[in-house]
Amino acid sequence: MNLRAKESMPVLQRDHALHLLREMLRIRRFEEKSAELYAAAKIRGFLHLYIGEEAVAVGVMQALEPRDAVVATYREHGHALVRGVSAASVMAEMCGKVEGCCRGRGGSMHIFDAATRFYGGNAIVGGGLPLAVGLALADKMMRRKQVTACFFGEGAVAEGEFHESMNLAALWGLPVVFCCENNLYAMGTALERSESETDLCLKAASFEVPSWPVDGMDILAVEEAARRAVTAVRSGGGPYFLEFRTYRFRAHSMFDPELYRTKQEVEEWKKRDPIPNFSVLLKEQGLLKEEDLDLIEAEVGAEIHEAVQFAEAGNWEPVEDLTRFVYSEQGRP
Amino acid sequence: MKRETATIKMTYREAIRAALREALLRDERVFLMGEDVGRYGGCFAVSKGLLEEFGPERIRDTPLSESAFVGAGIGAALGGMRPIVEIMTVNFSLLALDQIVNNAATILHMSGGLFNTPLVIRMTTGGGRQLAAQHSHSLEGWYAHIPGIKVLTPATLEDARGMLWTALEDPDPVLIFEHGSLYNMEGEIAAGAGPVGISEAAVRRPGKDLSLITYGGTLGKSLEAAQELEREGISAEVVDLRILRPLDAPTIVESVTRTHRAVIIDEGWRSGSISAEITARIVENAFYELDGPVARVCSAEVPMPYAKHLEDAALPQVPGIVAAARRVVGRRG
Amino acid sequence: MEAGTLVEWRIQPGGNVKRGDIVALVETEKGVIEVEIFESGVVESILASPGQKVPVGGVLATIRAEGEAPRAAPARLYISPAARRRAGELGVELSKLQGTGEAGAVTMADVERAAQKGIEAARPPIPSAEPQAAIRRAIAAAMARSKREIPHYYLAARIDMSRATGWLREENLKRPVTERLLYSVLLIKATGLALKRFPELNGFWVDGGFKPAEGIHVGVAISLRQGGLVAPAIHDVDKKGLDELMKSMLDLVSRARTGTLRSSEISDATITVSNIGEQGVEALFGVIYPPQVALVAFGKLTEQPWAENGMVGARPVVVASLSADHRASDGHRGGRFLSAVDRLLQEPEKL
Repeated sequence: MNLRAKESMPVLQRDHALHLLREMLRIRRFEEKSAELYAAAKIRGFLHLYIGEEAVAVGVMQALEPRDAVVATYREHGHALVRGVSAASVMAEMCGKVEGCCRGRGGSMHIFDAATRFYGGNAIVGGGLPLAVGLALADKMMRRKQVTACFFGEGAVAEGEFHESMNLAALWGLPVVFCCENNLYAMGTALERSESETDLCLKAASFEVPSWPVDGMDILAVEEAARRAVTAVRSGGGPYFLEFRTYRFRAHSMFDPELYRTKQEVEEWKKRDPIPNFSVLLKEQGLLKEEDLDLIEAEVGAEIHEAVQFAEAGNWEPVEDLTRFVYSEQGRP
Repeated sequence: MKRETATIKMTYREAIRAALREALLRDERVFLMGEDVGRYGGCFAVSKGLLEEFGPERIRDTPLSESAFVGAGIGAALGGMRPIVEIMTVNFSLLALDQIVNNAATILHMSGGLFNTPLVIRMTTGGGRQLAAQHSHSLEGWYAHIPGIKVLTPATLEDARGMLWTALEDPDPVLIFEHGSLYNMEGEIAAGAGPVGISEAAVRRPGKDLSLITYGGTLGKSLEAAQELEREGISAEVVDLRILRPLDAPTIVESVTRTHRAVIIDEGWRSGSISAEITARIVENAFYELDGPVARVCSAEVPMPYAKHLEDAALPQVPGIVAAARRVVGRRG
Repeated sequence: MEAGTLVEWRIQPGGNVKRGDIVALVETEKGVIEVEIFESGVVESILASPGQKVPVGGVLATIRAEGEAPRAAPARLYISPAARRRAGELGVELSKLQGTGEAGAVTMADVERAAQKGIEAARPPIPSAEPQAAIRRAIAAAMARSKREIPHYYLAARIDMSRATGWLREENLKRPVTERLLYSVLLIKATGLALKRFPELNGFWVDGGFKPAEGIHVGVAISLRQGGLVAPAIHDVDKKGLDELMKSMLDLVSRARTGTLRSSEISDATITVSNIGEQGVEALFGVIYPPQVALVAFGKLTEQPWAENGMVGARPVVVASLSADHRASDGHRGGRFLSAVDRLLQEPEKL
């Protein structure tokens, strides 16, 4: 299901190619470790793994600049890592430590970071879309050439907030790239069981928003589509809608027995795992050697090891500080 | 500094409009958005004339998408703007409840203090205008339940004129509830009236036999009741809460400590209301000052009926307040 | 008057009462009074039993209006939190208080009133409730308080009663026996009229100050057969004719002796007149009944030598005396008051 035209294949620079691979591996290994820590009860609450969908976050982030903003969902560790939030602070956050990016007040589902303009971490399906519209509205009113990338799952298109936000962004010509991660299941409800029209791009088109379906398992296709969309949006063309067709290999959360899909289906999709497929492609093109991969794996492993150590050595926020951050402590920022 | 002593005649509506105008003039980050705030001039004619003066960028008509435009207000605030979002009535705000409760109120905390939301949301509340059960309710007490937002209820011209700017300067989301029956209230106000504090309740009339504790649309009725009680030799103090969250408990407790008796007048329904909260605060903090049970005058527990006589019967009225006060001070008849 | 002892009920729970009915008899310091009901309805519950001490204004029984749903009587005394704290500060025992607040709850004001009046709330109730004992105790308390608190001064004047007795004799000759006047009526009337010009003798010493009374209600000391005395008031003495006064006095005497005085008659005298000359006493100097500020007494009418213009003759004479509260008036004014009484008695036809 590779929708990318062969001729548009970019000429791959080796450094960039290895960077893409490394970023996907960072997410994968980070999340595998997270699952392990969850089993050891060091991470609690809900934990939603992104494994299988890494190409989407990694590809889209390549198109963004530091001045741009990101709004994500509760399955956002990957987005945060690639956006530049350190693995250590995300891991500490998931462990509930005060050294975490949100001092342990957000947890896995609410990762925020000011330096990278990462606005969460939203655990209400569809709830982040109006926020992204507002961030873009501020940019437009302040004449800043910035864009907001808004990630959400296909389940969100059933929410009123999706339709309201698409309409408002289109009506006001706001610089939002709507990134729909269609992994086919809203928790356990398959797309065709929740939507009368399963072609999501048609929904976006009804708001006069340019829309494009993308193979979300192909990192290069994702990057290319994202660059095209971001360029269009940044130049003042109003919002853009990208549907990334992808698949999560793990259960919805750690409490999910996966009764709604077959093992066979999962195995079929795993054949399209973006990481080994991209590795094979790079090896074919002579851009990647086995020792390169070993080195990347070692470096990623070290980063995650350090992150876990950092998190485990972290401190609990004193209970006396419980009621902080309900209202701002200083004056107007 | 020379004190301004000259007064001018003004309605509550004009006071709010003057506050909006001042805010738009003082800070270019301020803009107003909501349904029919521009060309129509505002559902209650509050923003009439502002579109002509400030243009469509800053006086933004929105689609009927409460969730999207309230969320956009949150996003714009995060993006550095100072949005004023107008929602026609508190009943309509329920369509935006997700954004207000799940985002505006939580982002500061979820982000561990990284992101504050300097947003002002204005809306009409209350009954008395025969608008029936979907335009007349008083749900400000509900909102006052939620930590992370501030709830203001201007009941005087000075507060209508002065609360907005202070709210805009506040780093956190502030909800302003304008009682619909007050828009035409006319009175004298200092020509130089400006911003007022939004942290303390006000004693609008001193007294020694009991405290009438109220806010918003029932302040006038309570003052009228106090006058009637005075003719019977009962000296009633009238406390205007002004702010329902954070509640100024010390002023309430001080008043009850002086008078030893309290009647709370609240246009919300009695069950689970702000009046219940105030009662609890009194009992928690001034139990040994009480010389009789706390009484409440609230709206009847029905959706607001349309017919005038039924609506009148459903709402707190002066004779009901007087009767409750008499009962509390031990006067029969 | 602050309390009494319930003597008997004239009603039963469930029974009907109508406005004006006498529902109970209460023995007070002033004698037995009838308790009148001011509402009509059904007797819901009786809260006090005969022999029990009940405070004035206290709830003795509850009446349910026609059609009103029955309600449960409060199982315990209601006391506001503030009143409870105040009572602790003032050392007032709560169980002795009767509330005036909502649902009969004791309020701060009730506690403060009780503390001010010095109710001996902490003292356990006296089990005996003999009628004589109650009156004796009341007199004891009032007289002790009077002598403790009131700086009395005493004045006396001999009054020539020849004109008065002469006029009375003539007057009574014209009347049927049943309508004849007693000469003490003249004394009371003269006292009442004189008081109009001496308001500082007609009123009450309360809260550290003198409060003149609005009307002139003369308490007439009446001794009771079982012992003790009461001084029920004849209202508005200055405005009543002699006949009317005579009727009031006879009525009071008879009802005082049968124990059916109304509480208002007992508690609202503004001055007391004592006339125990009947017992052969020449002069008496009474103890003021607080919070009143004066007591006027008349001794026995006797024939005495009386010198006038250098001539001595025998005349009917009475010694009028004044016991007065020096906080409210001075001897100079007191003397002029007695002179005024004298002058009035010299023109009996004008009384």
